[in-house]
Amino acid sequence: MPDRLAVRKTYKLYIAGAFPRSESGRSYPVTDPKGRFLANASHASRKDARDAVVAARKAFPGWSGRTPYNRGQILYRIAEMLEGRRDQFTDELRHTGASKNTAAAEVDAAVDRWVWYAGWADKLDAVAGAANPVSGPFFNFSTPEPTGVVAAIAPDSPLLGLVSVLAPVIVSGNTTVVVASEPAPLPAITLAEVLATSDLPGGVVNLLTGHRTELAPWLAAHMDVNAIDLTGALPEHVQDLEDKATGNLKRVLRPAGDWSEEPGTARLTAFLETKTVWHPVGV
Amino acid sequence: MTVFDYAPAPESRSVVDIRGSYGLFVDGEFTGGHGEPFKTINPADESVLAEVACADEADVDRAVRAARTAYDKVWGPMPGAERAKYLYRIARIVQERSRELAVLESIDNGKPIRESRDVDVPLVAAWFFYYAGWADKLRHAGFGPDPRPVGVAGQVIPWNFPLLMLAWKIAPALACGNTVVLKPAETTPLTALLFADICRQAELPPGVVNIVTGAGETGRALVAHPGVDKVAFTGSTDVGRQIARTLAGTGKKLTLELGGKAANIVYQDAALDQAVEGIVNGIFFNQGHVCCAGSRLLVQESVAGEVLERLKARMATLRVGDPLDKNTDVGAINSAAQLARIRELSDAGEAEGAERWSPPCELPSQGFWFAPTLFTGVAQSHRIAREEIFGPVLSVLTFRTPDEAVTKANNTPYGLSAGIWTEKGSQILWTAQRLRAGVVWANTFNKFDPASPFGGYKESGFGREGGRHGLEAYLNA
Repeated sequence: MPDRLAVRKTYKLYIAGAFPRSESGRSYPVTDPKGRFLANASHASRKDARDAVVAARKAFPGWSGRTPYNRGQILYRIAEMLEGRRDQFTDELRHTGASKNTAAAEVDAAVDRWVWYAGWADKLDAVAGAANPVSGPFFNFSTPEPTGVVAAIAPDSPLLGLVSVLAPVIVSGNTTVVVASEPAPLPAITLAEVLATSDLPGGVVNLLTGHRTELAPWLAAHMDVNAIDLTGALPEHVQDLEDKATGNLKRVLRPAGDWSEEPGTARLTAFLETKTVWHPVGV
Repeated sequence: MTVFDYAPAPESRSVVDIRGSYGLFVDGEFTGGHGEPFKTINPADESVLAEVACADEADVDRAVRAARTAYDKVWGPMPGAERAKYLYRIARIVQERSRELAVLESIDNGKPIRESRDVDVPLVAAWFFYYAGWADKLRHAGFGPDPRPVGVAGQVIPWNFPLLMLAWKIAPALACGNTVVLKPAETTPLTALLFADICRQAELPPGVVNIVTGAGETGRALVAHPGVDKVAFTGSTDVGRQIARTLAGTGKKLTLELGGKAANIVYQDAALDQAVEGIVNGIFFNQGHVCCAGSRLLVQESVAGEVLERLKARMATLRVGDPLDKNTDVGAINSAAQLARIRELSDAGEAEGAERWSPPCELPSQGFWFAPTLFTGVAQSHRIAREEIFGPVLSVLTFRTPDEAVTKANNTPYGLSAGIWTEKGSQILWTAQRLRAGVVWANTFNKFDPASPFGGYKESGFGREGGRHGLEAYLNA
């Protein structure tokens, strides 16, 4: 017997910068690949999803209104905080079945990915925007802007996949509600602890654990969600979710991606709008 | 009557030869359709212009197959530089036949010749010239080192800018190496069929451009066809939503340019005469049949009285009538159905308590006409402030602070366009940043250019047309 009983962590949701339990009071057991009990994760309800959307909407004006330089700083800060908890994440990933080396490599990749996306914050305008050479006495320019509240169904890659979905959404000023991997949700809540201590304003990222099949349809149909990333949706549900997303003509990112590869700009641009502003030229 | 009254100045119709009947344009040939043929009429006098073939599902299938074959065998493998030359040819022929195109567009659509001649057709040529230049430069467009065409594009366009919307759809699609099947609106098919003849004059390979005419059924068959890789639609939000639903789970690419309810914000320091000119252009251009029309005027309370006075004086000088008269400012409403919708919403405006005003203006006895109309005392909850009317009807609301202006402007599920009138540059940028709209015109309105991205936020659709951004919809990067 160990001479001291471990203090186990209670995993909760992450909504509006706080860590509430599900309003439903439900939880579900999470096990490692051998079936050993790890923890009871919160089983978020439809009401939790709605609360998360409200929090994300409330956070949108402030987050999108920050300077790109500041958003980049905060994303880099997330990388710093993640790096500082390298061992903790390595342990958690080992519980999902990864070997020590694989787990450590995934944490490193996740840190590097935050850094990669952090650098995009103040470059998106230059790369995705344009000064347009119109034929006439006008000046006009196009700038990329965040589309609003983005719901994301995270893939079952518990850390790198989650980071790969989150970072491109928020770097441009969107706010988000993320449904974590259903079988391996624990690293997601630990990542929420990183986010909560990284100067990221509350509500920018809201993280739900629970059943994708329960939560995803409500997010897809929600009239105050502007876009949805279906990366972690099960193939047999994609058509239904895309169908529900047509209610308010959400932008939909279809499942794609191998997390080990360097990400391109497609995930960034999927959640951007282009605004073109005209003005006459003359005296 | 003023001292200097206008004499009639009709444009000659002799440059256009309208045939009695038209077929579909499939695989480089005009062919019959197997649906029930329909008639296209002149909305200015309700006369029948021609009978047009209607494509049924089998006809659409034939067109998609022709497009696929052309894509696989000819257009896809062709070097970009060669594709460019075809697009340049088309642009040149559009310029050569510009008078013919403009007159036919005004006859079939009802829009003033001044607009079809000076706006639509020059922009059509510009669109083809612009995208021709991209055909051999795609790897420099920012979509990766080797962007590939998508395949066969199914395109459905509306009746408000029949030829311009055709150019917006076809030019970038062909430049990127796709082939197309395009369905024009059933009330305005004639210039698309004339464009088919332009493709033949340009010796465009058969099957690269196919035109299938018909109504909603034809459009549905095209959108749902499994051989179509990409769908592009411009039209109402309702139909756009149906199309998105049809494509859910298919993996097909989709771009939508849908409705709008644009706010035109006039601050108290605006140059008022210029603002009034912009308000008029914003809502009465093309009879208000413009998805980005400035249909909600938001005027700062301190100048509301003065703006309305000047606006009414200006509206009283608008000339409504014969679309082919070069002095006409406001032409015919495109169809009886559209006229009925405009009347219904205007009546709802009165019933809900807004005050209606139109300048004294005599409307022709034949055809579909609606006088330029202004509503004051409009509340945000009124239907005329919320729903797209798609006609020459302006709703006027007021505001006190810039914050209130932005809040009211954004209080709509649409997000296509907006206008700002102020002499203060910082106020322009402040307001433009906060408006949730894809196009913001400051101290101008309703300007278009092929080098500029155009498209909506929110329920006004997704994707951009025009500029480098417009290529994305037609490329797999």
